[in-house]
Amino acid sequence: MEVSSDYAVQMHGIVKRFGAYTALDHVDLDVRKQTVHAILGENGAGKTTLMNILYGLYQADEGAIFMGGEQVAITNPNEAIKHGIGMVHQHFMLVENFTVTENIILGDEVCGAAGVLDMRKAREEVMALVDEYGFDVDPDAKIEDITVGMQQRVEILKALYRGAEVLILDEPTAVLTPQEIEKLIEIMHDLIAKGKTIIIITHKLKEIMQSADECSIIRRGVYMGVVDVKHSSETELASKMVGRNVNLTVDKTPAHPGDVTLEIRGLTVKDERGIEQVRSLDLDVRAGEIVGIAGIDGNGQQELVDAITNLVRSESGTIKMKGVELTNKTPRNTFEAGIATIPSDRHRWGLVLPFAVSENTVLERHVDAEFGAGITLDYAKLREYTRELIERFDIRPNGCEDERMSGLSGGNQQKAIIARMVTSKPDLLIAFQPTRGLDVGAIEFVHKTLVAERDRGAAILLISFELDEVMDVSDTIAVIYHGKIVGTFAQGTVDENQLGLLMAGGELK
Amino acid sequence: MNSVILLLSITLMYSTPLVFGALGGVISERSGVTNIGIEGMMVVGAVAAAAGSYFSGNPWIGFILAGICGAIVALLHAVASVSFAADQTISGVAINMLAPGIALFACRQLFEGAAMSPIAPKLPGIVHEQMSLNVTTIIALIFAVIMWFVLYKTKWGLRIRAVGEHPQAADTLGINVYKVRYACVLISGMFAGFGGASMTIAIISQFTQTAISGHGFIAMAAVIFGKWHPFGAYGACMLFGFTQALVILLGGGDFVVPSQILSMLPYAMTIIVLVLFVGRSIAPKADGIPYIKGSR
Repeated sequence: MEVSSDYAVQMHGIVKRFGAYTALDHVDLDVRKQTVHAILGENGAGKTTLMNILYGLYQADEGAIFMGGEQVAITNPNEAIKHGIGMVHQHFMLVENFTVTENIILGDEVCGAAGVLDMRKAREEVMALVDEYGFDVDPDAKIEDITVGMQQRVEILKALYRGAEVLILDEPTAVLTPQEIEKLIEIMHDLIAKGKTIIIITHKLKEIMQSADECSIIRRGVYMGVVDVKHSSETELASKMVGRNVNLTVDKTPAHPGDVTLEIRGLTVKDERGIEQVRSLDLDVRAGEIVGIAGIDGNGQQELVDAITNLVRSESGTIKMKGVELTNKTPRNTFEAGIATIPSDRHRWGLVLPFAVSENTVLERHVDAEFGAGITLDYAKLREYTRELIERFDIRPNGCEDERMSGLSGGNQQKAIIARMVTSKPDLLIAFQPTRGLDVGAIEFVHKTLVAERDRGAAILLISFELDEVMDVSDTIAVIYHGKIVGTFAQGTVDENQLGLLMAGGELK
Repeated sequence: MNSVILLLSITLMYSTPLVFGALGGVISERSGVTNIGIEGMMVVGAVAAAAGSYFSGNPWIGFILAGICGAIVALLHAVASVSFAADQTISGVAINMLAPGIALFACRQLFEGAAMSPIAPKLPGIVHEQMSLNVTTIIALIFAVIMWFVLYKTKWGLRIRAVGEHPQAADTLGINVYKVRYACVLISGMFAGFGGASMTIAIISQFTQTAISGHGFIAMAAVIFGKWHPFGAYGACMLFGFTQALVILLGGGDFVVPSQILSMLPYAMTIIVLVLFVGRSIAPKADGIPYIKGSR
């Protein structure tokens, strides 16, 4: 495309290599002034890398960047800021125990003589911005005390304070409730009306349809072209992103719930600081049904799973598995009671990355007579068993049983965990963020497996921060807020807005 | 009345080296670098101060030299833990093992094989009718106030604290995390050096191998006890100085407590205080975590 002053940002022929790996292979990006431009791609496609180059955090190996028709060299974030580029990172870059004002002025402080801070003047300047853009933010509040949505507005203010004309939003909706997402989209349109340009990185198709004017698509580091959002559809975007037709909905038959498998009554769990994260929670999961727990990260999901799997002590209450007490036992008891867990962070809990794939596939079962004799492991047996799983679950690369687990891609690591969990034929399968960091194809696989396990008769407890996932996969949806279940619904009897309201601590009328 | 004043003046005297050490700990840890090597830096400062004072005849030259030498040792820690992202605990421990060796070696080289320096000129004291103060005590107090002002009232302090809490955030705002950390670790070493000097050319007047024995570790405890705040650390050092003063006063009296038991008091106090308070005191978030650009 031609270089022209109609465009706020143009990146042409960007190449970025990390060692032998080419993260971006001649990617183009043309962002018109005063538009919302989405960059769509799967995880690891190179979206964030491209934006980090624009923001000066990385240097491109080849290619050129133009702003308003002029070529610019951006070698560090300071340069980017000078060129009027602001970035809101996916993981907020805010100092938690600083106030809103302190966070906004950091690095560009309002000072009197000799570097002495003038906090009064700083506060006035921040207030002026807050008023101009109509943000609902208290400049004196500490970051740790305000909601995630507000924190995001602080991040946007940080960029505006530095005179940003082009705002990059990296996965801005990942941590927001549906209501907060709506508000964000409103803010984005408001910013456009005030003359700003917005680049939004996302893999959520719905939000692109709602907020963006144009959408550039990147697949595995390769530029796939730009789409006019108005004349496109979610399905078209998805297939362009993945490179084949994907099924965006989960196929399943109605559930036939049986007896209660997992019964939780009055469960209270404290975190390591002694703060109650789960507060007298009640929950039932029946055989042959998928119970999905919707909620924003940090509302007690981690502690709930840790308590069921006996990784932490429960303060009070009972956890029963098929009528048998399981409260405050050991992780081994949990496994032996027929519970399998897909952990939220596969690197921390699910796998031993420096171990071979074959060793990882028997982590819970290494004591079984099947895999050893006396005190030794039967490695030949282990390999043979792993080869079976590799075949059955299509774990790639084929024949990877002796490779280190760390060498596998995220999707294949997740498949290895799922293979291990499913082959133990659990009565209860806990899936905590089972599709975290996976691409659309792998997500399809995970969801299919969960439904297949349900149909085998297992009880499934799905805990996810992705509301769409909970709504699509679950037969019963429970909402967790502040460590309590605040609502339970059968699938299809509740909409996104109602769930979002409950997730944020509101009440249904 | 006299014994109260005596207790106070001994408290101030003994707490001074700790205050310098603790201030060094505060500035370093606020920027996100754990500095276990305070002890070693104090030892090097102690020998540098005695030698500088002895050879120049001017104790102030000794004092400044101690600060410089402390900073040079700190440079080792900064290179290892900031530039090379080495484990900060290991780097600090290494410095603590290395420093007494360097100090003794320097001492033997400078003073014809003696393990202790000759008597060196002391820094002036401020003598009142009933009470005498070392000038270092005043300097330590002034530095504590300056450090508080810098950390909480200036943009440099805001940046230091941001780097210690969330270095990625600081980096994205164009703050050079490495520079800030280097500066803080070097200043930390300088303070530790002053701490050594305030022992060997203010409290006593020569370097001995036992002049600094555990002061750096007590100073680190004071940092935690004082919640990484200059005044908090200052107060904690006073408490430890007070126990030290009790040891001296009680040991000189007619008490039946064996002196060996008494001299355990400051150390026992450290352990008790740490056990009671460490859980409640919250360290800077990125304290002890090397910052590697591009990892998030």
